[in-house]
Amino acid sequence: METNPERRIFLKGSIALSVLGTAIGTGLLTPRAVLAAWPADAFAAKKVPDAMKALAGSDQMSDSSEIKIKAPDIAENGAVVPVTVSSGIDGIESISIIAVNNPAPLIASFNLGEGAEGFVSTRIKMGKTGDVVAVVKAGGKLYSAKKEVKVTIGGCGG
Amino acid sequence: MAKKSIKIRAKMKGDVVTVKALMTHPMETGARKDKKTGELIPAHFIQEVTCEAGGKVRLTALWSGGVSKNPYLSFKFKGAKKGDTLKLSWVDNTGKSDSAEAKIG
Repeated sequence: METNPERRIFLKGSIALSVLGTAIGTGLLTPRAVLAAWPADAFAAKKVPDAMKALAGSDQMSDSSEIKIKAPDIAENGAVVPVTVSSGIDGIESISIIAVNNPAPLIASFNLGEGAEGFVSTRIKMGKTGDVVAVVKAGGKLYSAKKEVKVTIGGCGG
Repeated sequence: MAKKSIKIRAKMKGDVVTVKALMTHPMETGARKDKKTGELIPAHFIQEVTCEAGGKVRLTALWSGGVSKNPYLSFKFKGAKKGDTLKLSWVDNTGKSDSAEAKIG
């Protein structure tokens, strides 16, 4: 069967639009006093640099060997990918988890409070194979590390 | 009351408390379609999780719909003692919220 590239582009465009539509419809894009801290722009961003700019004010990240990501090499089910990030960097303010190839790459951002160690573990959805990036903010700077996870069944289509 | 939506456990080893929590939530991204009707399922996910112990906020998690259904969260912190109460609460994008407490053991 022949695939029509224009049709592909059209489909992509309409998916993006409908996502935006629901975001507005459910009040995601309207500011809310209760959730003032929730960075809607960062989570809605389609590209990693845009997400990081909205979240941390910068997309300048330096690779760090002091960040460890524990995630499976191959995820059989993209809907549930366990990810653990740990880091020994001093003065960590936040840890963010990004799945580069997801429609909205920024998945979660953890702001560490008093006494919290550089360790978070959760389970994320991944639409397709790609890098999982952990971004650690410490002393006003961003450090990152990545790990590729191969996804055999996507978690975004359902 | 409905079935408890949060399971939480806090264990102390040395001076580090390890917290493990499991929440019950559909975590809909808003991009998924209902297979029968073909309509988009509206977004419904936890946006913010806060964990407090000893009167201090230990962790605030900001989430998108990219976190798996029935989310799992684990983290570690120092500066608490056995018997302290750990409180976890979440708020989702529809404004609903829930919370649970556990004693650090």
